[in-house]
Amino acid sequence: MSHQRLSAVDRLILAVPLGWLLVFLALPVVAVVALSFHEIADSIPPVRALISVDSGRFALHASLRGLRIVTSDGLYLGAFKSAVVNAALTTIGCALIGFPLAYAIARAPASRRNLYVLLMILPFWTSFLMRAYAWMGLIRDSGPLNSLLLAAGLIKEPLAVLYTPAAVLLVMVYSYLPFFVLPMYAVLEKLPSDLLAAAADLGGRPFYVFRTVTLPLSLPGLISGAVLVFVPAVGEYVIPELVGNSNSVMIGGILWEEFFQNRDWPLAATIALVTFVMLVAPALVLRRWFSQAGTARI
Amino acid sequence: MTRAREHGWRTLTLTLCFAFLYAPIVWIVVFSFAGDPHASGAGQLSLHWYRMLRENDGLRDAALRSLQLALMSSPVATALGTFAGVSLARLERFPGRSVLIALLAVPIFAPEVLLGFAFLMLFAGFEAVTGLAQGKGMATLVIAHATLGCPVVASIVFARVIDLDKSLEAAARDLGARPLRVLATVTLPLAAPAILSGWLLALTLSFDDVVTSSFLAGPENTTLPMAIFSGLRTGIDPQINAVGTLLVAGVSLIVALSFAASRLRPATSP
Repeated sequence: MSHQRLSAVDRLILAVPLGWLLVFLALPVVAVVALSFHEIADSIPPVRALISVDSGRFALHASLRGLRIVTSDGLYLGAFKSAVVNAALTTIGCALIGFPLAYAIARAPASRRNLYVLLMILPFWTSFLMRAYAWMGLIRDSGPLNSLLLAAGLIKEPLAVLYTPAAVLLVMVYSYLPFFVLPMYAVLEKLPSDLLAAAADLGGRPFYVFRTVTLPLSLPGLISGAVLVFVPAVGEYVIPELVGNSNSVMIGGILWEEFFQNRDWPLAATIALVTFVMLVAPALVLRRWFSQAGTARI
Repeated sequence: MTRAREHGWRTLTLTLCFAFLYAPIVWIVVFSFAGDPHASGAGQLSLHWYRMLRENDGLRDAALRSLQLALMSSPVATALGTFAGVSLARLERFPGRSVLIALLAVPIFAPEVLLGFAFLMLFAGFEAVTGLAQGKGMATLVIAHATLGCPVVASIVFARVIDLDKSLEAAARDLGARPLRVLATVTLPLAAPAILSGWLLALTLSFDDVVTSSFLAGPENTTLPMAIFSGLRTGIDPQINAVGTLLVAGVSLIVALSFAASRLRPATSP
């Protein structure tokens, strides 16, 4: 393999980010891997050094305790499962709302599209926490949602939504929606409208045209949108913590608790790594799709 | 499908989706002007929560600290991301290309909690080796936020530079421009819209970050999202609505200005 000849400038603009990421990203991740094999100790930091010297003899204090606990204790397996289920439901929810939205924007007059995209992103430039907090206000027992439903006579008593799994799902779908809509829109916008017109002219009914032309052509956008929602959703900590209940503890919350409350750093490190590997493995399989989908423009 | 039917379907979808997207924002703003429910004159519009906010030193300090942090970390993220994006788009083969791509992908695939944890390990290790008690300071936060913002900027800049006409740079080289000059006078100016939107995104990410900061910031370095988060765990606090309304006003102003600016100079941004 022949390498392109690099000028001094090329080398510099390459070396700076590469060096930075090696020191401040690769090194810390390696540190977490090392930490997962440490034994816990009652000290600051709360781990025992991997190697100690005792009267001239070296001793190794490595342990697979973290991995053993994570794979055997039902608490952790359950938290992994509920995180994956919740992320999958979030992805489906984003697709159900995001696909029609992206499609409606893409089919709007060209002069309006940029405005609609801007209007869609705008709420997401305000603080993420603010929006989660606003939902807490909207769906609480005395909030506008319940007042509306009560006034319409649809319910007799306030619906308890806040602090339930449904609330977690609602706020997650809301928060992750643009990650789905943007790549989806990028693909749908490029969809040649003559193709749809041709299919319709040849007698295809709207649903048939959608199923045989629009959907297959928009698959790359659908997949990159789904990956962009699913992957961060699995590790989500803040939303379940704010609007969920103690039964809906997911892996992000467990990790947080092990680190801050139980101070079991090796276990926290193991949980973090297992989650990471779980997310990267399917992503590598999906990489083929990424190259087809191209890069989503933001 | 007839044109009228498609038009009706589209209007309905857009109306419902935008109602969903804006409901929380409207709630924040309206509720921030509600009076104190325990005082006389409840139910009327008032600036009560804004007055409370003005006296809340903790929240104000946190807001200033977050702003400072975002303004310090986002230029670093932008420089790193721009360099990485330009390298990947312009140099097709070089040693370490796949390493760079893999590293840029880590913050996308790793859960936020893992990253916060990893940064903490790095700085704890640094402290143990050098003895410098730097672990919980502002520098730590700046480095962490710059690292997290870098891949976002890189992907936006990459997408722009890969679409640029290569012949422009080739022409500059043929006319005798040295590599640095080609970069500074051709590539970077053409990529400017992408660099700007990357910077804005890095700024927002830093200003919004709660998880990573919680691992890295000591109690004396509480950021605004951390302060809001700890307040939210106890329930609804209308002072936070006032903070939110101020944020919404600030963001709307910036977006309106940049939208107006892009309207003045048509067909330059992607």
